[in-house]
Amino acid sequence: MNPLLKSIFSTEFAFAVIRVMTPLLLPALGVAITNLAGSVNIALEGIMLIAAFFGVLVSAFTGSLFLSLLAGIAAGVALAAILGYFHLKLKADIILGAIALNLFAAGFTIFMLFLITGDKGSTSSLKSLVFPSVHIPLIRHIPVLGDIVSGHNVLTYVAVLMVLVFYIIVYKTPLGLRIRAVGQNPDAAASVGIKVDRIKLYALMLSGFFGALGGLYLSMGYVSWFSRDMTAGRGFIAIAASTLGGNLPMGTFLASLLFGVVNAFAIYIASLNVPSELIQMIPYLVTLVALTIFSLRTLRKRPAKKEEKKLHVDEAAL
Amino acid sequence: MSTILEIENILKVYPDGVIANRDVSLRVEDNTIHAVVGENGAGKSTLMKIIFGITSPQEGTIRFRGKEVRFKSPNDAIRSGIGMVHQHLMLAPDLTVAENMVLGIEPRKRKLFLDQEETLRTSKKVSEEYGLDVPVEKKIRDLPIGVRQRVEILKALFRNAELLILDEPTAVLTPQEVEVLFKTLFKLKENGKTILFISHKLKEVKQIADRVTVMRDSRVITTEEASHLTEEKIAHLMVGRDIAGDRLPPSPALGDIRMSVRDLCYVTDENIRALNNINFDLRAGEILGLAGVEGNGQTYLIKTLTGLLEPTSGDILLENRNIAGLSPRQVRELGLSHIPEDRMDDGVAEHTSLEENFIVDRYYKQPFSRGIRLRWKDITSHSMDLIKRFQILTKNSRTPVGSLSGGNIQKVVVARELSSDPEVIIAAQPTRGVDVGSEEHIHSILKEARDRGKAVFLVSADLDEILKLSTRVIVIYNGGLVAHFPDASAVTDKDLGPYMLGVKKEEGSSGKIHP
Ligand SMILES: Nc1ncnc2c1ncn2[C@@H]1O[C@H](COP(=O)(O)OP(=O)(O)OP(=O)(O)O)[C@@H](O)[C@H]1O
Ligand SMILES: [Mg+2]
Repeated sequence: MNPLLKSIFSTEFAFAVIRVMTPLLLPALGVAITNLAGSVNIALEGIMLIAAFFGVLVSAFTGSLFLSLLAGIAAGVALAAILGYFHLKLKADIILGAIALNLFAAGFTIFMLFLITGDKGSTSSLKSLVFPSVHIPLIRHIPVLGDIVSGHNVLTYVAVLMVLVFYIIVYKTPLGLRIRAVGQNPDAAASVGIKVDRIKLYALMLSGFFGALGGLYLSMGYVSWFSRDMTAGRGFIAIAASTLGGNLPMGTFLASLLFGVVNAFAIYIASLNVPSELIQMIPYLVTLVALTIFSLRTLRKRPAKKEEKKLHVDEAAL
Repeated sequence: MSTILEIENILKVYPDGVIANRDVSLRVEDNTIHAVVGENGAGKSTLMKIIFGITSPQEGTIRFRGKEVRFKSPNDAIRSGIGMVHQHLMLAPDLTVAENMVLGIEPRKRKLFLDQEETLRTSKKVSEEYGLDVPVEKKIRDLPIGVRQRVEILKALFRNAELLILDEPTAVLTPQEVEVLFKTLFKLKENGKTILFISHKLKEVKQIADRVTVMRDSRVITTEEASHLTEEKIAHLMVGRDIAGDRLPPSPALGDIRMSVRDLCYVTDENIRALNNINFDLRAGEILGLAGVEGNGQTYLIKTLTGLLEPTSGDILLENRNIAGLSPRQVRELGLSHIPEDRMDDGVAEHTSLEENFIVDRYYKQPFSRGIRLRWKDITSHSMDLIKRFQILTKNSRTPVGSLSGGNIQKVVVARELSSDPEVIIAAQPTRGVDVGSEEHIHSILKEARDRGKAVFLVSADLDEILKLSTRVIVIYNGGLVAHFPDASAVTDKDLGPYMLGVKKEEGSSGKIHP
């Protein structure tokens, strides 16, 4: 068999897919929950970056993983809350606010990195502790499956767990019901006394939480250091993933998995003799193609929905 | 009889200086159905918004159940026992009926979680208690508008509303749905509720109201027992003059065929035959009325005729050119104009000014633009002219259309569409939400167009309107034409009914009607 194909149909490849999916899935859940609340959050890039940085910083100073986790989450949620403040309180455009915060997060972390390491170079980095990997008892010994799903970083399992958490929040709690109502018809929500801005803020903070976990995974699981701009556009691919997944928990998971496959593929063929610039384009190209297909599908479904519904329900109304 | 709501000397001035309510006083008796009528912009909706706490008055007092109240938000009103069904329904489309009903006061399980069984159970209970049938587990999106409205009513009842306010509840309903709504309202009255509603349809007001309040020009003119009033009398009180409800005199002359529709079919993506071999001709100097229960293909027909949808098959000949599938602009350039049935979705851009809305179909033409520049002076004078000619109630021509009253928004659309001097006018629900005075005005404009040799295709859910205006009438049922009455003056609603409901069907030689 062709060596490339051989490596793609290997358990190592499947393992890699899950590994690279993790930092896409978490921010994608973050985007999805704000989408459901009717706001577009493109600040996941900044949220992840700042969480990745603070996690590493606290780990370097305290040596405590637990405190790093708290610091990362706090930083991510705080950034999301600042976005909420700009957008909901000061009525700034949420896209502009998010762009500003993304730029701020990038600049701020580079600046801090320089202060700490004294190195302005783009390769300077800050060493970090990492979250442990987990070998799942019993499952680890199952051939193939064990090799694929066991032995990942604990945050990867947390990510998958978050899909369930997302589902429960959105579909099984009053907060989730309100988030969806606010996203679908804010006037309707307001008319029954729901504080629309507050619900939107909660959704943003939840997205900060999901995004922060993604950022922490990047610097303290995926690798073991913080380096500038290490999110590398994942916060944006997450937007594509959640859109493709229809903002549904399972859909977002599957879309992230798809992007995981593509990214892992890009990493694999990097070992071949193909220009790396071309390879780096692949994930974005697939994003574009996927979004195009998705849009074409929804476009075709749309026209003149209104009446066709009424056609067969008139009897019911009588 | 006791008074449930007592309003005294309300003054409401909007921030832009418009006085919407002036010295308004009103008493609503307990356990009655109370109608508020009045011209477009008379201040009816504003008054309701004040009662419900959406907006607050500068002066005046409100007493509810004898206690003076000052609502800061709808929440306060809801808590006191007032419910409101807005003209534009306030429901989340992808949530279920039950979810919409409990929204904001959700039953919980272990503090944190939504109690879904309880949600369903209580919604069912309320719906059964009042005998208002709704499918509690279905999504709002999948329900017709009449049922959605019932959900809104239940939503209010679920919050223990004693006084229910409905702002133009019948404007968007089919006649059948109106019947159902009225039954509902009677039932609620039997249950001890009080209902305050706004309507422009005086027939309806006579049919269900116990008392009627008439507003004109931001004031209350009078409140009387409905039994003391006739439709004509109400109309007179509203506009200060008599309204002719008579049928139009026949067309002076029928001209050439302006538009022919041949074997027009439209199949939806869901594979439903929404239009089935439609054939008809539209002549200069006539108003051709299309009667039918809403939802039988009218929307598709209008959209294909005006370029908004491409028909699956068939031809539409306008001045001997096949326009099937042309773009709306191309179709308009050929002399067709279109008063869309949904003014908010297809008629206006609500956040832009009257001026901009008046020129959207011709901004690229002389004199409104020269080169790449818009000529605002001409646009403004054109707009002022339309505002005057169509008696549109607005502060000035730069006001955002969205802040006009419902009926005045409709007039903006009609003014734009008729001022392009079209040869063919597709008028869908041209007087929806319009007061009797303006209705008469719009009718006379359509008549005038007819008499000047224009061809008018009138689609309306209001049979009286069809019968009053039409030269000929055709009936649509289930996507196909089922009847043709060449002389509308000899037709009554009783003749049309059986065809509209699909009980009767006319068979042409080819098995299809071909007027
Ligand atoms: N939010 C607003 N800002 C400024 N002016 C407003 C606003 N809402 C309504 N108005 C103005 O107040 C007046 C009364 O409007 P209102 O909506 O109460 O009329 P209405 O009686 O309900 O009319 P219709 O029958 O057409 O619905 C109108 O002149 C309208 O233009
Ligand atoms: Mg109104």
